[in-house]
Amino acid sequence: MVPLSYYLVLSGILFACGVTGFLIKRNIITIFMSIELMLNGVNLSFVAFAAQWHQLSGQVFVFFVMVVAAAEATVGLAIIIAVFRTRETLNVDQVNLLKL
Amino acid sequence: MLHLILFSVFGLVCVAGAINLLVQSHPINSALSLIVVMGSLAVEYLLLGAEFVAAVQVIVYAGAIMVLFVFVIMLLNAGEEERTKGSRVSLLIGIPGMIIGSVLMAWILITHSGTHAVEAGALPGAPREIAQLLFHEFLLPFEVTSILVLIAIMGAVVLAARPEPLQPEGKC
Amino acid sequence: MNPNLHLCLIPLLPLIGAAINGALGKRFSRQAVTSVALLFCGAAFGMALWVASQFSSLALPHTEYVATWIRAGSFQADFAFYLDQLSLVMLLIVSGVGFLIHIYSVGYMWEEGGYYRFFAYLNLFMFFMLTLVLASNYLLMFIGWEGVGLASYLLIGFWFTKDSAASAGKKAFIVNRIGDFGFLIALFLLIQHFGSLDFTTVFQKILPFSPETAGAGLLTAIALLLMVGACGKSAQIPLYVWLPDAMEGPTPVSALIHAATMVTAGVYMVARSHVIFERAPSALTVVAIIGTLTALFAATIGVAQTDIKKVLAYSTISQLGYMFLACGVAAFSAGIFHLMTHAFFKGLLFLAAGSVIHALGGEQDMRHMGGLRTKIPWTFWTMTAGTFAIAGIPPFAGFFSKDEILWRAYQSSWIYWLIGLSTAFLTSFYMFRLWFMTFFGEYRGDLEDSHKHGGAQQAHTPAAHGHGGIHESPKVMLIPLMILAVLSVVGGWVGVPGSLGGNNRFDKFLGPVFRATAPDINATHASSGELAPPEKQTEGPEPKTGPATELIFTGISVAAALTGLYLAWLLYLRRPQLPQKIARSLNGFYDMVLNKYYVDEFYATIFVKPLIDGSRVILWHGIDQGVIDATVDKSAEEALDVSDSVRHMESGNVRSYASWVAIGAAVVIGYMIWVASR
Repeated sequence: MVPLSYYLVLSGILFACGVTGFLIKRNIITIFMSIELMLNGVNLSFVAFAAQWHQLSGQVFVFFVMVVAAAEATVGLAIIIAVFRTRETLNVDQVNLLKL
Repeated sequence: MLHLILFSVFGLVCVAGAINLLVQSHPINSALSLIVVMGSLAVEYLLLGAEFVAAVQVIVYAGAIMVLFVFVIMLLNAGEEERTKGSRVSLLIGIPGMIIGSVLMAWILITHSGTHAVEAGALPGAPREIAQLLFHEFLLPFEVTSILVLIAIMGAVVLAARPEPLQPEGKC
Repeated sequence: MNPNLHLCLIPLLPLIGAAINGALGKRFSRQAVTSVALLFCGAAFGMALWVASQFSSLALPHTEYVATWIRAGSFQADFAFYLDQLSLVMLLIVSGVGFLIHIYSVGYMWEEGGYYRFFAYLNLFMFFMLTLVLASNYLLMFIGWEGVGLASYLLIGFWFTKDSAASAGKKAFIVNRIGDFGFLIALFLLIQHFGSLDFTTVFQKILPFSPETAGAGLLTAIALLLMVGACGKSAQIPLYVWLPDAMEGPTPVSALIHAATMVTAGVYMVARSHVIFERAPSALTVVAIIGTLTALFAATIGVAQTDIKKVLAYSTISQLGYMFLACGVAAFSAGIFHLMTHAFFKGLLFLAAGSVIHALGGEQDMRHMGGLRTKIPWTFWTMTAGTFAIAGIPPFAGFFSKDEILWRAYQSSWIYWLIGLSTAFLTSFYMFRLWFMTFFGEYRGDLEDSHKHGGAQQAHTPAAHGHGGIHESPKVMLIPLMILAVLSVVGGWVGVPGSLGGNNRFDKFLGPVFRATAPDINATHASSGELAPPEKQTEGPEPKTGPATELIFTGISVAAALTGLYLAWLLYLRRPQLPQKIARSLNGFYDMVLNKYYVDEFYATIFVKPLIDGSRVILWHGIDQGVIDATVDKSAEEALDVSDSVRHMESGNVRSYASWVAIGAAVVIGYMIWVASR
């Protein structure tokens, strides 16, 4: 029997990795992937709680999270492509035309 | 027992994949390790009894979204990240910070939460039951998310389209 | 029940005239403006005459209720009008003299710019003044009171492009306001203690008081505060300073407002409130002292003035002092009698002075006049009538009224009588000085029978007109002068006292107003509600001595007047170099008198300058700029500073945005955990 907290720890670790990647990476696509990692960690959390409380809505919510993640990834990647056309780079530090 | 072993193995695989994602410098490597993470997460879902979610995770997340990521990486062909001063600084701060944070969180969770055990396959998430929920209680969010997807598609098409070359005057 | 006399129409007619002339007069021709103004003012006078004709058949006092104005809890004030003998006298004086002056102004102001504006203001003044005298409660009277102050301001500053005229208007209004402040506090006290401002109600409630009862403290306070208001409006010490400056206005204005009507509003108000004053003997004493001192003070200043209008202004202040002296010794009907004769002869004097000024094309300095007797004979004869009247020489009007006041004053205290007598002497002296300097001797000005006019640059004068030389005024100006001259001669004959063989019809006429409410000083009468026994023909203290003594005193006052005449003749006709020598020998004192005892400068230093400096430093720089503006400016600066520090969040660096997002998310999550764990 696996205690619930183990699942939550795993979820937390995944989330933390996602946040770290979000902050330290410079390649925009890698940043997006860190976001997906965060979302996955959260999904695990949802399913674990759904199992513990015997409510199926946790799993339904995971479904929705995935849909939103898909939409967000789509639009984000489209933006990256559009920016790449003009800036010729995927390094976010170089997308700084609004710098004061 | 088996439950615990399977959980630990695939948990370690997840964590390894996640750390690999951070460590790798070429985005394609990061994308592949993310696929690994997603796969092992699917197994974790199965251990919890969420069959449908596991299937969707593999099909949609690993099979569609990550494929999209890989396509874009290959399309743009950006190459490895350089090491700059800023990246060293962020590594220096970020990695220890994350480790400390994770350890702290884990310790809190393990020692303070109750020892509720979750059985393997505790909650069978059959597609029939999920569909019941989805199309009755969660009908509105379902419809809204479909519209969201539609908008995302339109947005992506517009954003990523190659801009029209400018026509010289008088040629219409 | 009395028939409805539509008293409300009497003030409203001039108001309509003012509205028409004010709104449309600019487009009218002069004739149209004149017709409108004279029509409505004349209609008011006509109605007043008609009311007078109906008077003997009325039950008095006659009140007419028009509409309710204020109803606040138990307090009610209405638009209601009141008619008794006192109001009737005032009504006839105001509307009659006002109408005559309107006619005069047609000629005087004919060539001025803003003709329609003048008549609009003049009609407006008539409206307010008539409201004042016909009001049936203190509040409506206060509207008239304030309104005449406003009209006075507008008319004094009629030539508003001239700085001194605008300042004089302001000064008049502000000093009046100081008096009005006292008046208002008195009204508040009346409301608080008697619950009403209506004359009949208030006086009924005050009747049971007698001077010895405990309520007398309140009544003294009310009476003194009313007197403050009267000092402002009627130019007594210490609030007289606006009247000499008010001579900046056109001469008909000086005649109407500052001689015949507005300045007498204070006397009317005191007479109307006699019920209160009679029950507050200390207040009466204050009134008498103020009146006496003002009379003497102003007369001494008038002796040294060289501007013909200023002499008349100080003379007005002095004569008003007489009226207040009369009220202060509880001889109210004598005060009103003098008010009436004063309206006639002072109005006449001002109008005649205006005629002189008009004839000389704007000259007002008496040192540049002289010998005008032959050149403008009509003006000369009318002015003579006025001068003899004011000096108190029998059988002219002023003699009877002034003599009555002096007689009553003597019965209260011989000091009043002595000061009054000296003032009479001085009055006679400076009026005959004016008379001699203006009309006799040689002409000292520089206007000949040529087309030279020296007056246009004086600027506070009528515009120079095309015909040359010193000329008599047109008929439209002379007819009012003649009417007023006749009144100055015969006007006193309604008040010939018993000692001189007359019947004193005036006093008897006003008797019911003043007599029935005299407080019960004499212990032989049971209650103060009774009428005094018929032997008591006049109110006020019992005559101490018989008619023979009265004749002696009359003789003394006539002698004083004649002495003044003789002295003036001596100094200004016979030996004209003598005044200079006297002035030089009395050097310091003469200077002080010439400069009006430096009262204006004193006020400026003690009141005006600290007020202006305080306003500038504390209110303007300190509060307005330092607090109010600074609050707004500082908050704007603060907003700028905050923005300046916050803008560093928007660095253009995407990863810093990401960091901010992460930090913000962590904070929010931490907060939610914290809330959930409580």
